[in-house]
Amino acid sequence: MTKTAERRRVTKAAAHQVPAPPPVRDSRRRRLTDQLRAYGFLLGGLLCFALFSWYPAIRAVVIAFQKYTPGSPPAWVGTDNFTRVLHDPEFTAAWRNTLTFTLLALLIGFAIPFVLALVLNELRHAKAFFRVVVYLPVMIPPVVSALLWKWFYDPGAGLANETLRFLHLPTSNWSNGADTALVSLVIVATWANMGGTVLIYLAALQSIPGELYEAAELDGAGLLQRVRHVTIPQTRFVILMLMLLQIIATMQVFTEPFVITGGGPENATVTVLYLIYKYAFLYNDFGGACALSVMLLLLLGAFSGVYLRLTRTEGDA
Amino acid sequence: MSSTRTLISPAALARPRGKAVYWTVFTAVVVLFAVAFLFPVYWMVTGALKSPDEVARTPPTLLPEHWHPGGYTDAWDLMQLPQHLLNTLVQAAGAWACQLVFCTAAAYALSRLKPAFGKVVLGGILATLMVPAQALVVPKYLTVADLPLIHTSLLDDPLAIWLPAVANAFNLYLLKRFFDQLPRDVLEAAEIDGAGKLRILWSVVLPMSRPVLGVVSIFALVAVWQDFLWPLMVFSDTGKQPISVALVQLSQNIQLTVLIAAMVIASVPMVALFLVFQRHIIAGISAGSTKG
Repeated sequence: MTKTAERRRVTKAAAHQVPAPPPVRDSRRRRLTDQLRAYGFLLGGLLCFALFSWYPAIRAVVIAFQKYTPGSPPAWVGTDNFTRVLHDPEFTAAWRNTLTFTLLALLIGFAIPFVLALVLNELRHAKAFFRVVVYLPVMIPPVVSALLWKWFYDPGAGLANETLRFLHLPTSNWSNGADTALVSLVIVATWANMGGTVLIYLAALQSIPGELYEAAELDGAGLLQRVRHVTIPQTRFVILMLMLLQIIATMQVFTEPFVITGGGPENATVTVLYLIYKYAFLYNDFGGACALSVMLLLLLGAFSGVYLRLTRTEGDA
Repeated sequence: MSSTRTLISPAALARPRGKAVYWTVFTAVVVLFAVAFLFPVYWMVTGALKSPDEVARTPPTLLPEHWHPGGYTDAWDLMQLPQHLLNTLVQAAGAWACQLVFCTAAAYALSRLKPAFGKVVLGGILATLMVPAQALVVPKYLTVADLPLIHTSLLDDPLAIWLPAVANAFNLYLLKRFFDQLPRDVLEAAEIDGAGKLRILWSVVLPMSRPVLGVVSIFALVAVWQDFLWPLMVFSDTGKQPISVALVQLSQNIQLTVLIAAMVIASVPMVALFLVFQRHIIAGISAGSTKG
C-alpha cells in the first residue's frame, strides 16, 4: 500500500471514530523490519551464491581477455588468449575427444540402461535386489571406480585381458592403446553412472497406463511394435531429459581421463575440462584457462537452457 | 505377482512357454548383474586380500590362496587413511551443516517472507543451474584463493568446501518448492499464536519438512564425498586432502594390493550409507523423474 493511501485510510477511520489503527510510521517501520528480517534469512545463502557462482561467472569472462598471474596486476590483452588457445594442437584434440566421448556415451551409455530398464520392468521377482545392485557402482567414489578399471585394463594381469584370454579371444590394449583408450573410458563412465539412468527410466516406465498396452495388443501389435508405439512415445519426455542431462555431464568429464590415462596415449583422451586444468595448474596460464572455460560455458549453457525450458513447459502443462 | 499391466501381458506369462521364457530371462539378468556389477566389487575386495605375487599372477586366482589381511592394515597405516577419512568426514559434515542452515533459511525467506526483489534473487539463483559447475572451477579457484574485499585465502581450509557447497541452486530450489506447498493455515495459526519467524521455521516448518531435508542431506553428503576435481585444486597440503585426492596422489608409488585395500576402505562409508538408506535413496531418485 502506498503512503498516501495509507494516510487516507487512517483519516477516514479517525472520522468514523473507530479505534485508531497503528499510526503510519509504525506500519512502515514494521514493513522495513519485515524486509530486514527477510534479508537476514537470505544473507548467508546470497553471499555464498554471490561469491562462488555469480562472481566467478563474471570473472571467467573478464580474465579470458586478460593476462592473469596470481599476485601481480592483470593486463588487458584483447583476444590473445582465444587465439593462443585456438592454435594449440591440444585444443582440437580435446574438443574432438570430448565430443566423441559424449557421442559414444550416448550410444553405449544410453542404449544399455534403456534396454536394461525395459527388461527390469517386466521382471516380477527380486525387484529390490536389481535396483540396489544396479545403483551400487554409483555409490562407489568415482576415483575408486577409475582406479579399479585402471587395474582391470592393466596389460599384464588385468581382469579385462584375462577374461579375453579365458574366452580365447584376442587381447586388447584397452586404455593404453591410442585407438581404444577413449572407448575404454566410456565403458568405465557407463558402468559407474548407469544406475541413475536405469532407476529414473524405470520409474517413467511404471507410469505408463496398462490399458495402452492392452489396446495395442488387441490391435495385434507385437512386442517390438508395442515398444515402438506405446513405450517410447509415452516416455519421450523423460528420454529427452535424460539425454540432455547425460550430454551436459559427459561433456565435463575429468576424473576418468585424469586418473586412468593422464590424457594419453598421444593426447587421445585429453578432454576440454582436462585441458582447462592443465592450462591453469601446469602452464600457470589462467587467461587461457578462462578463455577455454568461456567456450565450454557457452556450449553447455545452451544445452542447459534447452533442458530447463523443457522441464519448465512440462511442469506448467 | 504384481497386478499392473506392463509390456507383456500376465496371460502370456502364465502360459507354460511364457513361464519358461520368463525364468530364462530372469536367470540371465541375475547372472548379468552379478557379473557386471557385483563381480568387479568382489574382485576388488578379494584382490586386496591376495599376496603381491598372487595378485600379479596369470591366470588369476578366483579366491585368494592365502588370506593376507595385511593389505588392509598396511593401507590403513602407510597411506594415513584415518587422517584422510577424517578430513573427508569434516568436509562433508561441514558442507552438510552449512547447506542445511543457509539453504533452508534462504529457501524459507524466498518462499514465505516475501522479500523485495525476491523474484530477481530467485531468478539469479536458478540461472546458476544453467552454468555447469565444473566449467567455472578455475575462476572459482581464483576467488577462493583470494577472497574479494577481505583478501583472505581459503586454500587448504575446509571452508573452501563448506561455503561453495551452499551455492547449490538445486537443493535450494527443492527446499523452496517444498516450503511453498506447506499448508498456509498451519503457519498462520503459529503466527497468530505470536511465534516469531525463526520460531515458526524451527518448530513448524522444519518438522513438517523431514522428507525433503532427508533428500537434501543425502545429496549434500554424497556430493562432497564423491567430488574430486575441486578438492584436488583446493588442497595442496597432503595432510588436509580428502580420501579421493589422497588415493590418486598416492596411487603412483604404492604396492598394488595396498592400493586396492585403500580403495575398498574409501568405498565403505558411501556403500554403507547406501545400503542403510537404500529405500529412501532409490525412492528419491525415482521421484525425480516424475516431478521433472
